[in-house]
Amino acid sequence: MNSERSVAIAEKTFWQLEVCNACRYCEGYCAVFPALERRRRFTPADVVYLANLCHDCRACFYACMYAPPHEFGVNIPRALAEVRERTYAEYALPRVASDLARRHVWLLLAVTLLSLVFFGFIAVPNGLFQRHQGPGAFYAVVPYLAMLLPALLLSIYAVGVMLAGAFAFARDIGGQRIGLADVRAGLLAAREALTLRYLRGGTAGGCYYPTERTSNSRLVLHMLVFYGFLSALAATIAAAVLQDFLDQLPPYPILSVPVIFGSAGGVAMIVGATGLLYLKSRSDRAPADAHTLNLDWLFLVSLDVVSITGMLLLLARDTPAMGPLLVIHLATVLALYVSAPYGKFAHVIYRYAALVQNRVESR
Amino acid sequence: MAPDAYDVVVVGGGNAGLVAALSARRHAESVLLLERAPTWRRGGNSRHTRDIRYAHNPGEPFTTGEAYPEEELLDDLLRVGGGQNRQLAQLVVEQSCSVAEWMTQHGVRWQQPLTGTLHLGRTNRFFLGGGKALTNTYYQAAEAIGIRVEYEASVEDVLLNGGTTVGGVAVDRGGRRSEVQARSVVLTSGGFEANLEWLRRYWGDAVDNYVIRGTPYNDGRVLATLLDKGAATAGDPKGFHAVALDARAPKFDGGIATRLDSIPFGIAVNKFGKRFYDEGQDFWPKRYAIWGRLIAEQPDQSAYSIVDSRMLDCFLTSLYRPFEAPSVGELAVAMGLDAASVRETVQAYNVAIRPRGRFDPAALDDCATEGLEPPKSHWAVPIVEPPFYGYPLRPGITFTYLGLAVDACARVQMSDGRVMDNLFAAGEIMSGNILSSGYLGGFGLTIGTVFGRIAGTEAAHRARG
Repeated sequence: MNSERSVAIAEKTFWQLEVCNACRYCEGYCAVFPALERRRRFTPADVVYLANLCHDCRACFYACMYAPPHEFGVNIPRALAEVRERTYAEYALPRVASDLARRHVWLLLAVTLLSLVFFGFIAVPNGLFQRHQGPGAFYAVVPYLAMLLPALLLSIYAVGVMLAGAFAFARDIGGQRIGLADVRAGLLAAREALTLRYLRGGTAGGCYYPTERTSNSRLVLHMLVFYGFLSALAATIAAAVLQDFLDQLPPYPILSVPVIFGSAGGVAMIVGATGLLYLKSRSDRAPADAHTLNLDWLFLVSLDVVSITGMLLLLARDTPAMGPLLVIHLATVLALYVSAPYGKFAHVIYRYAALVQNRVESR
Repeated sequence: MAPDAYDVVVVGGGNAGLVAALSARRHAESVLLLERAPTWRRGGNSRHTRDIRYAHNPGEPFTTGEAYPEEELLDDLLRVGGGQNRQLAQLVVEQSCSVAEWMTQHGVRWQQPLTGTLHLGRTNRFFLGGGKALTNTYYQAAEAIGIRVEYEASVEDVLLNGGTTVGGVAVDRGGRRSEVQARSVVLTSGGFEANLEWLRRYWGDAVDNYVIRGTPYNDGRVLATLLDKGAATAGDPKGFHAVALDARAPKFDGGIATRLDSIPFGIAVNKFGKRFYDEGQDFWPKRYAIWGRLIAEQPDQSAYSIVDSRMLDCFLTSLYRPFEAPSVGELAVAMGLDAASVRETVQAYNVAIRPRGRFDPAALDDCATEGLEPPKSHWAVPIVEPPFYGYPLRPGITFTYLGLAVDACARVQMSDGRVMDNLFAAGEIMSGNILSSGYLGGFGLTIGTVFGRIAGTEAAHRARG
């Protein structure tokens, strides 16, 4: 069974990488150029690998004497962003969904709307606009199973699609050497991912974002989003433990593990995502790919909306606004789950797999 | 002061000009840098550099850590044919010791050791990202301290007052010509390697087959203006430095990516299919700089590098794909050569190879020809394994040697013996004082940085004092 995916690579992308391989001035910036130098000519799978190894720090674009309007037209951040965007579509199955996901905004809106209708339909008879307080107040609006089952099913779907994509991707870029089987490489790559090593610009001192000067603002904001997300995830797990093992029903007191982790994560994600949106609005479009920009915007906005509705829910949980806010928050969470494998969220898995492959082959 | 008047005007925005402007601004109120190129192509040929040579003690970071004493650097310079003006050569060598630190202070970042193919050097430091990153850093530093930078501003005339002073420059900004007054002027506008008509005076129609590796803006306009006004010269007037390039490179600005490293691993023939020089005389890094001139001396300034399939992985990948054919004759035809004479050359080479040599690309190995003229002294392996690969070659001109004679304060000297008080020069426009022929990798930037500092500082002092 040959299930190798094929991301179509433009002839001019191969050309640009060959210019890089004949020049090599950028090899000190990141992992992409040393990885490129380990190859003489490039297969489509090589380009997919390099594209997902690229963190879009843009140092190479500003340093390139062959950047447009030079006739060589080298713009590696843009060329690789194009390929990355297609990676997400190609490796997330089923393909129908990935075609739909390329019109990402409609997927997000459709799922949000459907979920709103679904939860609204359930919640209205339960007194959507009334005040609910005390243990089990949330479930008085949307019953436990109605909340749990869609969220569980969709998150299993999202994780399943992403894992399947990651394995197919790792196999394709690794050829005979399946990188994910290598524990040491996996740990080293995890450290690079958790510390965002390649958003630090090496000795340059930051990445060239949003414009031509080095800055650590994107590194810091990305850290807030990522660790904020982990914190919110921890809060969810803690809440499940409290509910299912200690028989305490939400909402939980302000000084409880779920609320502390949830609100810390929520605030971090709001600050991070909003900050990244602001940077993006000011960012240089020359090294950017338009499709990728769309995915980035949508992901950051939906993450921001999920976090903001979550925080509002916390603040307003003792008021009649709790019901509507709960319904809206649940709908935005479901939309985030469904769109995760097809959009910017998926960069987590493909980039990690590329970092592992880089560690395996640079040993 | 009049609106268009400055303490110091720097003509040319490459490495030397930027270093001069940054140095001048420490003592001068107003500094103007006039760059002829548009923003995207700013920086002259410094855009194509990637490392700088400097004398240093052992333990230096971003090098192999071994010492590179001043005496050794001076020896290296004299050996390649430099140091015509011994005093200035010694000055550059002495002051090279502090260039790396100066660069770091002005924001330049260095490449760390990698596992890649390019390792750190003993004699040279590699700056992160290459020359465009270097000049970007300096432009940002210049703007941060209030140096005014104008792009697409072409200096058409240098306004000498007679005697020993300069009053300013005439600038063409998008077709509008005006004068800029200056208390001091620093000329850092490069050589004339991109001026095909100037080169044609010496080399005739051969220039149509030359490739210019760097910026198309180095037409020597300012240099010519000064020579017209009686400036003294330094460096070989006809001299240029050239390397072997892929013939498919663009006429201008192809830079590093179009160079070819295949020559030592096969043979090189001219348009008649004949070999003309020992391809394996020495390691390629020590010989690549002579091959531009060797090819320039061949008919039609053309040559062809031929290797067999076993050698393809011995040299860095080329930008353009090689011609490929199942036989030597077909390869010759594909490249527009006479099949019979190339076949004959390859056969003569193959049978002349001494038996039982051990091929070692990392050493001056014992694979050599016997009784062949010209010989191939190392890495001589029969060209027998198909497919066969070929690259068409042309001379690629890096820079010209002719420049302005200066003194140790970077002041421009006139052929009648006058020394200008407030007119200075730095960089390629005066490197002929120090490197009058030959080449030493990364030393052009050393000259530009050392003399940029001297010229900028002297210009500011002259303007304020």
